[in-house]
Amino acid sequence: MDTTNQHIILKTEDLSIGYTSKKETTHVASNVNIALKRGELIGLIGANGIGKSTLLRTLTQVQNPLKGNILINDKNILSYDALDLAKVMSLVLTEQITSKNLSVFELVALGRQPYTNWVGSLSKQDIEIVNKALNQTNLSDLKNKKCFELSDGQLQKAMIARALAQDTDLIILDEPTTHLDMYHKAYILKLLQKLAKETNKTILFSSHEIDLAIQLCDHLIVMTKDSVVSDEPCKLIEQGVFDTLFPKDLIAFDKKTGSFRVKK
Amino acid sequence: MSKNYTYSFLALIVILMVCFFANISLGSVSIPFKDVFSSLIGNNAEQETWKHIVQNYRLPKAITAVIVGSGLGISGLLMQTLFRNPLAGPFVLGISSGASLGVALVILGSGLFGGIFASLFISKWGIVLAASLGSFLVLLSVLMVSLKVRDTMAILIIGLMFASITAAIVSVLSYFGSAQQLQQYIFWGFGSLGNLSWNEIFTLFLIYAIGIIISIISIKPLNTLLLGENYAKSLGLNIKKSRLIIIIATSLLAGTITAFAGPIAFIGLAIPHLTRQVFNTSNHKILLPAVFLFGAIIMLICDSIAQLPNSDYTLPINAITSLVGAPVVIWLLVRKRKMIF
Repeated sequence: MDTTNQHIILKTEDLSIGYTSKKETTHVASNVNIALKRGELIGLIGANGIGKSTLLRTLTQVQNPLKGNILINDKNILSYDALDLAKVMSLVLTEQITSKNLSVFELVALGRQPYTNWVGSLSKQDIEIVNKALNQTNLSDLKNKKCFELSDGQLQKAMIARALAQDTDLIILDEPTTHLDMYHKAYILKLLQKLAKETNKTILFSSHEIDLAIQLCDHLIVMTKDSVVSDEPCKLIEQGVFDTLFPKDLIAFDKKTGSFRVKK
Repeated sequence: MSKNYTYSFLALIVILMVCFFANISLGSVSIPFKDVFSSLIGNNAEQETWKHIVQNYRLPKAITAVIVGSGLGISGLLMQTLFRNPLAGPFVLGISSGASLGVALVILGSGLFGGIFASLFISKWGIVLAASLGSFLVLLSVLMVSLKVRDTMAILIIGLMFASITAAIVSVLSYFGSAQQLQQYIFWGFGSLGNLSWNEIFTLFLIYAIGIIISIISIKPLNTLLLGENYAKSLGLNIKKSRLIIIIATSLLAGTITAFAGPIAFIGLAIPHLTRQVFNTSNHKILLPAVFLFGAIIMLICDSIAQLPNSDYTLPINAITSLVGAPVVIWLLVRKRKMIF
């Protein structure tokens, strides 16, 4: 890896995540120390209920950390106001957008909102950035289509284009490949890999597509019951991290192919 | 945004002017166009009474219609976007039920206060005050709940519950009210555009203008909300503040209009949908002015129908708007199968 890529966009320091209620504090994970570098594609994997969503919710400032710090560009996330945060971090969520009567162009253009004036007028530069985002996601032909006319895969691409148009150092996607067929799962993740390289943005996504993530990501964050480890995929395989991911009764990790096999 | 709507807007403005003039020209007394026009620009008409009718009765009524139609339409649009619900209207927050409760308390409950006190209260300003106070109080409760509740849908349901509670109180009051009081209350419920003096219109217009200005400021947050609250938040929008501002704009518009003109049904619900048929967009920068024009036009037409040209009958405006509005909503649902918004 060359030295220009070493700048760290997001870093956590002894982060503990979980929920507090009046009665008790539920720790989901503690001592999370991860660093996301510029231009990298990072996959977040782990079994259902292990706390992937909680981690993402904490990193995106939807909920507060129990302990520890999150630094974005060396600045504590708590010191960002909502608008500043919108300029460094964009999201692609699992929830559906409310109005599907928006055209693809309008949808992507809404990504420019943190930069536009009080009534949301697009400047020439804004339109350029939106068109560029549409090009990078191969959506230019569909830009006048309404969102309800799109397939799930196309809509997911449009949501990614919207995040691109927001022009942030960091893009976080929550399970971007659910509901997609095998081809489109690979397509979307491959697209994310291409975008990370081309735009030099840091892209973090959570996913259950472990074999695809192993093949495509620069780094993986693996959440298990005991710890959160982060490293390059081949090193994680060597360390045998994937063997600890799931209960051992049904599936086993095959180091040679880098994928899970059903036990016979 | 790629489409250009200039021609549609020009057409609507022309239609609005035609409807405005037609509305003033039609009425129980038949007045020639020439005299209507000369009365409007301040010249003398052939008969002095004609001039009086046009200037002091028909012109204020037409202006009221424009304010009522555009104001209710816009507050309907705000509510449909805020609540992500095509069936939301300006009255989902309990605004009209609050106003009804205020008016019912004054008219039906006046017996409790005794004769002189009652007659003081049942003046027109008394009813306006009661309606404003009623809708304001109900809205205040909904607002307070909305600050605690994070889910927008919950606010919608709470608004509906408030409506049920006030409706129940009104029926209890009407059970004990006298026939005359009941009639007066029912007449208020019919809605009326024609009873406002210039002074009252001025007050109405002032608050309406504030509501419209707040709505215009809300265009950007409204567009952001089209993505849903979580996405809007990730774009740097302060959800609670925007929600509060949008609710305040709605209550100023719908609350004052209801106070002065009575509860006018269906305009707030139907106009935004009708507009979306012509302007196939979700962009509020286009929808807001379009809803303004459509609301004013439809209200002027409804009022012209209610007036029954050249007859002494004036039908309740509330019935006309329901007769026009309900079929429109049904037609839209049948034709499109789905209310896209």
